[in-house]
This record gives sequence, structure tokens and C-alpha cells, in this order.
Amino acid sequence: DQVFHIVPETFQQVQHLQHLCSTLLLDLWKPQLPEDIRTGEDLHIRVPAPLVQKMKDSLDHHMISYKVLIPDLQKLVDQSMPKERRSHRQVPEGYIYTQYHPMEEIYQWMTQIQKNNSELVTQHHLGKTIENREMYYLQISQPSDKTKKIIWMDCGIHAREWISPAFCQWFVKEILQNYKSDPKISRFLQNLDLYVLPVLNIDGYIYSWEKDRLWRKNRSPHMNGTCYGTDLNRNFNSSWGTVGVSYNCSSETFCGSGPESEPETRAVAQFIERKKSDILCYLTIHSYGQYILTPYGSTTKPPSNSEELMHVAEKAAAALMGKHGTSYKVGSTSLILYSNSGSSRDWAHMIGIPFSYTFELRDNGTHGFVLPVDQIQPTCEETM
Amino acid sequence: DIDDVGHKYYLELELEDVLDKDSTVNCTAEVLYHLGNKNIAPDVQFTLEGEPKNTDEADNIFYNRIKNLEKELVAENIPDSHGNVPPEMEPIRLLAWVASGYVIWQNSTENTKLQLAQIKHVKQVKRSDEYLEFDYMILLHDTVSQEIIPWQMTVLWHPQHGVQVTQDSRQPKHASG
Repeated sequence: DQVFHIVPETFQQVQHLQHLCSTLLLDLWKPQLPEDIRTGEDLHIRVPAPLVQKMKDSLDHHMISYKVLIPDLQKLVDQSMPKERRSHRQVPEGYIYTQYHPMEEIYQWMTQIQKNNSELVTQHHLGKTIENREMYYLQISQPSDKTKKIIWMDCGIHAREWISPAFCQWFVKEILQNYKSDPKISRFLQNLDLYVLPVLNIDGYIYSWEKDRLWRKNRSPHMNGTCYGTDLNRNFNSSWGTVGVSYNCSSETFCGSGPESEPETRAVAQFIERKKSDILCYLTIHSYGQYILTPYGSTTKPPSNSEELMHVAEKAAAALMGKHGTSYKVGSTSLILYSNSGSSRDWAHMIGIPFSYTFELRDNGTHGFVLPVDQIQPTCEETM
Repeated sequence: DIDDVGHKYYLELELEDVLDKDSTVNCTAEVLYHLGNKNIAPDVQFTLEGEPKNTDEADNIFYNRIKNLEKELVAENIPDSHGNVPPEMEPIRLLAWVASGYVIWQNSTENTKLQLAQIKHVKQVKRSDEYLEFDYMILLHDTVSQEIIPWQMTVLWHPQHGVQVTQDSRQPKHASG
């Protein structure tokens, strides 16, 4: 694309330029509107690359002199971008999964992923956040005549746990890149549908990029806007408000004004409730600590299928360790971590989803929430 | 359980050098958490089996680099949001880690699990004596409450005399800016 600088000399030239703008649908940078084009005044027009020659011919034909202000707009745009983010912004083929991405890019990524894998992936609307942002999940589903059971995975319920959304994106990429060639994945998809919510707490995530890297909660206002945020993982209707929570908005574990008081919680809960008879497994991804946590956090009483839950989790931890030697602890939240009520994992199990797990990804506290980018790949590989 | 006194833990640990994973030292320790009074730090006794690696050379290089700075060192957000630490800031980060260990020890109970989350701000304070002094504003993360606690600490260091925290104070939640 090029940007032209023209100073019309006569009214006829003005008319012709206005005509060109409307017929070629050119992007007028200065002035704002065609009707404001005047003789003797600067005109800056962006001309898309395929129309550049046509534009030049037309100007020459009407004896309108011009200068090319910007001969290569894309180059200028690329140069003005911070180095690492440049040409990889738009396309998942060039999408860098070993970097953390802001929400804007994740939205674009979802659209592209669906576009590039439309035989398998559909993007669906789940609800809206408190700040009115759209929540979407990706459904990875191989066309088949049988109804399949569902595995649900959500990431980013806590804003500062950046490795979590990074993992969800990685997961989707791995599945889509390998489902044809990897027999395990291919068998998986024959029998199961995967539902992935890359960022649950969108407002919080954005806030952690723009204002406070260590923000955890959502961004719902309380006390007349003097205090913000409910801990979404204390807001579910599972023994809500009983243990490991605060009723004070200024706390990081504020459980909200009531169970499912937050739109983000409701959006997820309503969907899962509707589909619960088909959902086999509920996974929620957090950091840090390196744990695979089973229900419950709200009580030490074991869930009905506790043995099976533990068995599967132990196998998962062993497989994970096999990749890079990272050790994960496995067990019930209330026994190995701390007590907490209102968690999504507890709630999912309580409404009947048999396998419900919280993953706490790397690391052990050395970097904590601010996991360096060079650990994104190994973390995702082992978790996969 | 020690009646009327508190809870004592007997630990066997392996210490690993952060900068050299192959360099390890075994350690045994006893930690006593005092009953009731939350304002007393737990008692810690420990024995190292062997010695940690000698770091004189790296210490002296860092020491001389800072001593020879024209302007006092100032830095923010270590690591940055993406977990990056510029190589020349690594020793500053490691120093904060050690110093925060002291702060964490002094403020730990059986119901806390504190970690250094980030250095918000660090400023070198010029001294006329041989010590290096840094004024840190750090963020501690408590896994149990999930709170982020800003903490100010003044740290002295010298290659031969080690680390000292001469002053530290918990800050109100929004003090970190």
C-alpha cells in the first residue's frame, strides 16, 4: 500500500479526486472526508497496493501532480511494532505459542483457529463479562453420527496466572496439528469432544496486562466503585462462602455477594449445567504450585469416586514427570493445599461430573505467577 | 507437639544451588513454631553437611561493578511481566531473594506460605563505607491467603560479610504503585 500526497490546483482536480475516492473506495487520511478536499490544501490518500498503478495512471491522465509520501506502508507498520510481536500478530500459522499474548490477540487467534480448521473447530459464545466483553469457547469436534462425551477445560480464571491461557492455546494447537497423524489424539476425537475456554476471567486478564500484573480476581465494582473484584474461584455454588474465603471486597479471596453473583461464573455454570449429562471431565487450569487437585476444597470428606479420581490423577502426574522430570503433587485440595469453598472444580463434581480436576502448573514459587517465557514450552509439553 | 510451647518440625533437606543445579548440600533443620504469639519468628536451628560452592569471583565482579557505577543503580519490575530479568540485574534479584528469605522467616507462621513474587522497585543507596546498600520495595505472595503483600526492605551486602536486612516494614496494600 502507498500513501499519496497531492495538492489539488483546480476545482476540476478536486472533483476528480473526490470521484476517485468514492469509486476506488480509497482511504482518505487528510482531510477526513472527500467533501473537505480543497484546492491549495494538502491531500493524503492511502491507496491499496493493487490499485496503485491505476491511481497513478488516472492522476497522470488528469495532469494532477503527486508525490508518494509512503512507498511501503506495511514496512512502516512492521518497523513500528515491538520486534517480537511484529509479523506474527495475525496468523496462527505464525502465531507464537511460546509467548504470552494479550487478550486482543487471543480473540484474533480464536477466530483464525476456527477459520483454518473449520472441519473440526467451532467458536461459540458463552456470555459476557462484567465489563461487557464477550466470552467465547472453542469446540473441537470430529463430525460423527454418534453423540460424544465432553471434556471441558477452562483457563485463566485467575488473571495473573498467565501460563494457564498460554497452555489452553498450546493445547488447541497441539490437537489440531496432530489429530491426523497421532493415533492417540485421533482415537480421542473419535470418542470425545473437547471444549476449551482459553480465558475465563477476561477483564482481569486484561487488567493484569495493563495495570497490575499480580491481579487475581475479576473486575466487578463494589462499595460504590471503591473496591474491585470477586475471586471467581470462590464464587461457584459449592458450599459457597463457608471456608477459605473473605466477605471483604479488599481481599483476594472475596467470594462475591452470593453464589454465582458474577456474570463470568454464571456464564460458565449455566453452560455446564445444561450439558452436564454429557460431560465426562471438567478441567480447570491454574498456576502455580505443581499440583493435580481433586475435590473437595470445602470439606475433607472424600468424593464418592475418590479412588478412581486419584488413580487417574496419579497416572497423569507420572506421565507429566516423564517429559521433563517435573514433579507434581496429587491429592484432594483440602488435604494437600488449603480449604476453600465455591471452587469451580468442587461445583462441577457436585453436580455430577465424575472427573473434576484443578491443575496448578509450574512453578514451585521461584518465579510464581511471573513464569519466564522460556518455560512456556516445557510446561505446556509436559502438561499435554 | 510440645505442650505449652508450640509445634516442632524436624526436616531433612537438600539444598540446591540456583545457579548450578549439580551443586547440592544436605541439610538437617529443626523449626519451632511458637504457640499463640504470632509476633515471634519461628526458631530455626540447622546443620549443613559440607559447604556451598565458593562464589568469591562472581561476588567480587558484582561488587566492583556496583561500586564503580557513576550513578546509583535504580530499577523497577524485576522480573518484568513476562518473567524476563536483564542479565545485569540477576545479582540484584538474587540478593532480594536472599534478603526476602529473612523477611519471610521473621513473618512466617504455620498458616503462611510466603514467596517473593516480584521486585517492584530497587534503589541503591550510596555509602561511604565498603558495604553496598539497596532499598527494595518487594511484593510477597502468600499462597494461603492469596494476598500480595508489599514490603519495604533495606539490604546491606558485602562479599566477605554477607547479607543483612537492616530495616524492613510491611506496606499498605496500595503502596506498591
